[in-house]
Amino acid sequence: MHNSRISIWFFIGLLLTVYGILIVLSGVAEWVSGQYPPGVQLTRLHAPVWWGALLSLLGLFYLIRFRPGKLGK
Amino acid sequence: MHMVHSLASPNIPGSLTALVALAVEPLAHLRTLDIAVIAIYFVMVLWIGFYLKGMSNTGEEFFMAGREMTAWIAGLSFVSANLGSLELMGWAGSAYQYGILATHWYWIGAIPAMLFLGLMMMPFYYVSKTHSVPGYLHLRYGEHARVVAAISFALEMILMSGVNMFAMAVVMKVVLGWNITFSIFVSSVAVAVYVGLGGLRSAIFNEVLQFVLIWAGALLVPILGLVQAHGWEGLKARILTNVGSDSYFHLWRDTGSFAANPMGVHWTGIVFGLGFVISFGYWTTDFLVVQRVLAAHNLRAARMAPIIGSIFKMAVPFIVILPGLLGLVVLQNPDGSRRQLVGEDIVAACSISSSGAPTDPSSCSAAMARTTLPAAYQQKVLSGAPGAALESYNQALPLMMTRYLGPGLLGLGITALIAGFMSGMAGNVSAFSTVWTYDLYKPLINKRGSDAHYVLVGRLSILIGVAVSIGAAYLVMQFHGIMDYVQALFSIFVAPLLGVILFGMFWKRTTGLAGFLGLLLGIAFSAGLFLWVKLNPSALALVALSPDAKPMAENVYRALWAFLFTSIVVILVSSFTRPRPVAELNGLVYGATQLPTEEAVPIYKREWFWATVVILIFIALNITFW
Repeated sequence: MHNSRISIWFFIGLLLTVYGILIVLSGVAEWVSGQYPPGVQLTRLHAPVWWGALLSLLGLFYLIRFRPGKLGK
Repeated sequence: MHMVHSLASPNIPGSLTALVALAVEPLAHLRTLDIAVIAIYFVMVLWIGFYLKGMSNTGEEFFMAGREMTAWIAGLSFVSANLGSLELMGWAGSAYQYGILATHWYWIGAIPAMLFLGLMMMPFYYVSKTHSVPGYLHLRYGEHARVVAAISFALEMILMSGVNMFAMAVVMKVVLGWNITFSIFVSSVAVAVYVGLGGLRSAIFNEVLQFVLIWAGALLVPILGLVQAHGWEGLKARILTNVGSDSYFHLWRDTGSFAANPMGVHWTGIVFGLGFVISFGYWTTDFLVVQRVLAAHNLRAARMAPIIGSIFKMAVPFIVILPGLLGLVVLQNPDGSRRQLVGEDIVAACSISSSGAPTDPSSCSAAMARTTLPAAYQQKVLSGAPGAALESYNQALPLMMTRYLGPGLLGLGITALIAGFMSGMAGNVSAFSTVWTYDLYKPLINKRGSDAHYVLVGRLSILIGVAVSIGAAYLVMQFHGIMDYVQALFSIFVAPLLGVILFGMFWKRTTGLAGFLGLLLGIAFSAGLFLWVKLNPSALALVALSPDAKPMAENVYRALWAFLFTSIVVILVSSFTRPRPVAELNGLVYGATQLPTEEAVPIYKREWFWATVVILIFIALNITFW
């Protein structure tokens, strides 16, 4: 994998970032509106917010670290 | 047990097919955000396929990913190719049914073999520059052994791919209510496009992506489950209350006799049959996984890849076994009582009519009698009371997902299941394409083609492989009985293949005829044992050494006997035939090979250092959960 190519970690970073942002937004919307999906347990822990944030941060790290043109595989 | 597993993929019970006809309410309802998450995943895998198309023009690029993968990428892909969604759901169901014993298939059934592959076997696979495992047999034993192995591999991969595709489509129907044909075609067309365009590189890239998604989608379930069950100690206490047995938390303590543990296995079978023959057979000779490591960019990376893979393999029970155990205590019926899962045969026997009552009350009643469901609940099911649905063990993981994951997260969890299925299928078709092109087409049909010609054959064989898999999926749907035979293929081939490869790699005296006959007669012997038990179920007590043995023990012991039989054939035939000169065995056999010297690196980059770390963790885990 030469450096001029896009690394697999970049694709992973992109996907995690997009997913993370979507999930955080959905979690924040639930929190603000107070309307939680029926049947889902432990909604008071707001898992979509912190899990989505975690995915976004991880995704952003890979996105920046392995952006096209930067050294890395 | 209802779901008997091999290492390659869990066997799918024949009764699963009966679920196709059920018109039940799906377990999960996806929202727009969930659909978007799944759709984005498909866009991403296809983008990767198109992006990599331009880098897959030569045979080395298309079939071997240019042999330029890092240890991390090869290692993650190595584990991911094995981590199918049926594997995830099947083992979560097994953990629900049998407790932590199911973890043996992830620890002793994988870790020692993965380390052995990295430390002892990779040098010979890698230095010989073979394209495939049958290719190694060709170099070591000659054409005949290669052809037997290649035909076995090609057949097994395509048929297994079809069976898994069908089972996945059934799962999608039961969990999401999706149409079977829709699931089969969407997923297989996506796999055909990205592997057909980008070859092994695309399969590997997607497998790494899928591995990350599986963790991102599934890890939250055990975390939230543990919070609700008040930690590991709380979980243990509540399982004791609900089930009344502490066998669920012990890996080894109750394996002294077949009858003492719910799985019906004995520690000798676990250690020698599973830990040695089946596990070594799968992880060190199954081309589906070995191909990923052959794509490493140098020998050190090729040796490190399985070791890196083993670390993640050891962690997989956290997202598979733990949710199954948690299901025993947190799953509830709509009325708040504890929800008990049952076998697929029970669910199928109690299929309901449009009125909500079972279509065949007498067979449902007989099936109910075999369960431990409370009498009041059995009555509810028989009378078709609202909310009295039956769910199977294999639904444990999806049920846990719907319990904890809301919009978006549920889509991610379902994407993890789809990704697991697609990575397994991509592994099957990319390995099939290489074996077909290099081990069957090139030596037997067209020896003098150009490199571009073989790449074209490889691309076409991926399309044909996917088409045959789809055909196999529909065949299984029509003729349920053939499923058992297709799934037995892996366990029939694996032990003889392991025997001839180990003798070939570590005993200079092994001859070409011994390798060929060992493989051929070993397969015949193994198939004979399988058919014997199939036609005469009481023979299981002889094959598995005990009248208390359950079908789970059969695979394990059949593999052990087949390995011993193959070994005897190889030793006897080698003793009476002339071996090849040692000079011809350079790069193929231990003790006759000059390995290339590798550059000195600090201790923390050495494969022996990490293998020691892994083995120490492995021992500590087994003692902790003894």
